Amino acid sequence: MAETARRDRVALVLRAEAAGVRARLIGALRDFDRAEDALQDALTAAWERWPVDGLPDRPAAWLYRVAERRALDVLRREAVAARHAPQQAGEAAQAPEPEELLALADFDDDLLRLIFTCCDPSLRPEIRAALTLRTVLDMSLEEVARAFLVPPRTMEQRLLRARQRLQRSGIPWSVPTGAELPARLNDVLRVAYLIFTEGYAATSGESLTRPDLCALAIGLMRRLVRLQRGQAESLALLALMLLQHARAAARSDAAGLPVLLADQDRTRWDPGAIRQGTVLLEKALRLRQPPGPYQIQAAIAAVHANAPSARDTDWQEISALYDALCRVQDTPVVRLNRAVAIAMASGAAAGLAELDRLAAIPSLIGHHPYHTARGALLWRLERRDAAVAAYRRALGLTRNRAEAGFLQDRIERIEAGEAGPEVQLPERA
Amino acid sequence: MRYMLLIWENEALAAAQSEAEQQAVFADYMTFTDDLRARGVMQAGDPLMPSETAITVSVRDGRTISTDGPFAETREQLGGYYIVECDTLEQACEHAARIPGAKTGAIEVRPIMDFDG
Repeated sequence: MAETARRDRVALVLRAEAAGVRARLIGALRDFDRAEDALQDALTAAWERWPVDGLPDRPAAWLYRVAERRALDVLRREAVAARHAPQQAGEAAQAPEPEELLALADFDDDLLRLIFTCCDPSLRPEIRAALTLRTVLDMSLEEVARAFLVPPRTMEQRLLRARQRLQRSGIPWSVPTGAELPARLNDVLRVAYLIFTEGYAATSGESLTRPDLCALAIGLMRRLVRLQRGQAESLALLALMLLQHARAAARSDAAGLPVLLADQDRTRWDPGAIRQGTVLLEKALRLRQPPGPYQIQAAIAAVHANAPSARDTDWQEISALYDALCRVQDTPVVRLNRAVAIAMASGAAAGLAELDRLAAIPSLIGHHPYHTARGALLWRLERRDAAVAAYRRALGLTRNRAEAGFLQDRIERIEAGEAGPEVQLPERA
Repeated sequence: MRYMLLIWENEALAAAQSEAEQQAVFADYMTFTDDLRARGVMQAGDPLMPSETAITVSVRDGRTISTDGPFAETREQLGGYYIVECDTLEQACEHAARIPGAKTGAIEVRPIMDFDG
């Protein structure tokens, strides 16, 4: 029993420390694959020694020391094989850091550099997310592949190309500062949110086999806000994730069908996550930095999360927040949500007028949520034929079976003469 | 005398735990808290939100300064506390040793300064 507990403890410490050690190795060697090989050797050594010898005082420094030695051995062997003087092998790894410096080494700084490196603007956003999952969040190749619904072999190739691209251009290995920081940090936040929304969109069907991406994204943001303090947008994104994730249990019914925000059983929302999200948002706003999109989105999510019901929601506030969001992030989807908020705050006719003003945006017209929202407002206004036409149009545009079932149900209810519900919101509002 | 038992733990380790492990720890805390109540020594006790929710406030030259995060820059963070009523420091330490977090982190036992009796 004590033996099992000791092994569990070792496994836990290795899980917690691996990413920081990997980060420091990548920084020293400027080579992802050499770093990974050295790390795996060190993890194996720790797995043999620690259950017997006990945990070292500084597990990360222990792992780094062993990995560094292995990496140097490999470099020397390669140099000999290539008939080079050993001194020429690997400039960065030439001189191991003195023991006492290493003991004080802050692996956190390296982890932060690794996060920014994985989210380098030269990579496509999906690749940034995959690389982050693999190297920062320590996911296996198979898990990363599953997260993006591609075969492991494909993912391996993609990650390999991404690492080569970064290495060719020389890994910058720095945390951006000054004028460069906001845009680069925004890239990191987008990657974190991309991981989160990948998980968020997959509550039914294949979700059983997919890793819990929402929890991983929240973990990534918790790390980021501890590593780099005082960034309002980072705190706000963590708040936004917690506030949205708080609704997870209520978002789908027993059959796995999506439940609209207005119809969700709010007693199933997670009060702890709502409180934590709300306090993190307050903390972000106290920093009085320019209100970026995540602060505003988190504020919207907080109004919803703290309202007793959809009817008793401060729609004026939400509508005003969407006005603000439009000013910093004017996208078709934000405009659509703003129109829905206007309908709730000022009546279905006002919302419909706003939706009709958006009819010139091709990406909205070709997307089912626009027509779903329009159908709902037309139904509410008793314009039944137009409502059915809008829902039919939405039906023709969706490929999601659960969504299609929902739309079919709406059409049947209108045709049966039911009155339009007072509050209809997309879940993502 | 009252004692405050401060639970210091490595949040990175807690975060690396699986959901099942976290639930097991939570269940251990429930059992321990129930036991403290049953013995009549429990005065208060709460878990704290993780340290990223913390703000540190100080006043210098009449100016209030808030900084992001907890005060101490250590590997261990304050994760929760109990206040217990005990006859001796020894008893307080015995309770501290039974806190589930003692196995993974450390418990600081601080006698509370009581001015009235």
